[in-house]
Amino acid sequence: MTEPAAYGFLAGTFVGFAAGYVGSLMVLKRMALVGDALSHVALPGLALGILFNFNPFLGAFAFLFAAAILTWYIERTTRLFPESIVGVLFVTALAVGILITPEVDLLEALFGDITTVTLLDAVLAIGISVLIVVVSRLVYRRVVLSILSEELARSTGINVALVNFVYLLLVTVVVAVGIKIVGTVLVGALVIVPAAAVKNVSRSLSSYALLSGLAGIASAGSGILLADYLRLPAGPLVVTVGTAIFAGALVAGWIASRSSSTAPRS
Amino acid sequence: MVAAPPPSRSPTREAGAAADVLRVAHLGVRLDHAPILEDVSFHVRRGTTLAIVGPNGAGKTTLFRVLLGLVPHTGTVEWSGSVRIGYVPQNFVVTDVPITVRDFLGFKSGAGFEESLAAVGLGSAVLPKRLDVLSGGEMQRVLIAWAVLDRPNVLLFDEPTATVDIGSEDMLYESLNRLEKETNITVFLITHDLHIVSQYSDAVLALNRTVRFFGASSRFSEPELLMEIFGSGAGLAEHKHDFGARGFR
Repeated sequence: MTEPAAYGFLAGTFVGFAAGYVGSLMVLKRMALVGDALSHVALPGLALGILFNFNPFLGAFAFLFAAAILTWYIERTTRLFPESIVGVLFVTALAVGILITPEVDLLEALFGDITTVTLLDAVLAIGISVLIVVVSRLVYRRVVLSILSEELARSTGINVALVNFVYLLLVTVVVAVGIKIVGTVLVGALVIVPAAAVKNVSRSLSSYALLSGLAGIASAGSGILLADYLRLPAGPLVVTVGTAIFAGALVAGWIASRSSSTAPRS
Repeated sequence: MVAAPPPSRSPTREAGAAADVLRVAHLGVRLDHAPILEDVSFHVRRGTTLAIVGPNGAGKTTLFRVLLGLVPHTGTVEWSGSVRIGYVPQNFVVTDVPITVRDFLGFKSGAGFEESLAAVGLGSAVLPKRLDVLSGGEMQRVLIAWAVLDRPNVLLFDEPTATVDIGSEDMLYESLNRLEKETNITVFLITHDLHIVSQYSDAVLALNRTVRFFGASSRFSEPELLMEIFGSGAGLAEHKHDFGARGFR
């Protein structure tokens, strides 16, 4: 394994756990496609970074952050659902991004390039991933309660608007760090697929969150190792492994539900 | 408006109910410029049960949202002393979320699950069950256990038996009955069931954007009064099965 690939593997496993953990909330919020769409908003930021010679991922984060603030604000002040808001932002950002991204760099922006991960990139990705998981853990219960019943959450003193904002910020940051691993097109899958997979087999909320993170590690780590071995791009392989985990969990959940429904009642 | 002071229904209650736990005066709520509640005034004595009735869209749930501090309003809403409110919402349905009863109760407190569940007639065996496999009656009782977990002195119930069958409804009101006796809690109860009003409440607030009646629940069953408030197609359901002599007292 080359040095950049090793850095990529290290960063990928941490980002995979953070993405799975945050993704577990997105799946519960039924915002799976919002995460996917939001990731594309990063493209103009990446393009500006490439054009004006600054770190493209700072540009991506700035655009994602602005999109998150805009989504949160429009959601609070209008009757539009986040899906609609992000949908509009997504197509606009994608159109602008494709127009201004230099053609030679477009492929890396869209699909990521694990072979260019530096030590600094890896350290940053690990630090940010740890921070994401810590903050997610702090707000996790409040987000879930506001998903179950906003009124119930507010009646217990939870500031639902603030919790939603922190949650959107977490999505933004995890998407920004995930772009380096799998690119803007596939980062939505890095966030969603692990959580969607383990929801089929999770018996409780705590096991669901933890298993989502572990499935994220499994798909990112295995995908990057496979990419290094097969000399193929990491992004598509990370997503492919995630999809295999999803299929396996689906079958396991189906078998478990069949055996529990046919078990003799005591 | 038809108004009469809500008397207490037992001597012990009368002795302990000198203070109002809530006084609402000239309450008004507008949503999207439309009036939802207008000039609503009433008061509730500590340790009593107030039934809130009225047709759909009368503003009953909005009133609860005001009492919880969730909705901007005009007029005054004055709670006396330190009030800890437990709330059981209407239409709490959980589908496809991997969350157990233990997870759910854990959102509010780290301990005391068994005691709260016992108060509503549930054992600790329900703790590892997922919310989405509970029956309607079990779910409502878990919600009540949630509401009483941090020992509130006021409980708000928004149609607690709207989604449960008659057998479960019976058990649910038995649980509420036991809780009220043991804790001297003040209960606000939105219901469409005339039987529940007469059997389980001290006072009735009939709403239809404004207050149509506020007074003792014993007066609320008078046919002339119901006709005056709701017209010939009275907007309440008469419950047919018999709970016997059980009540909140």
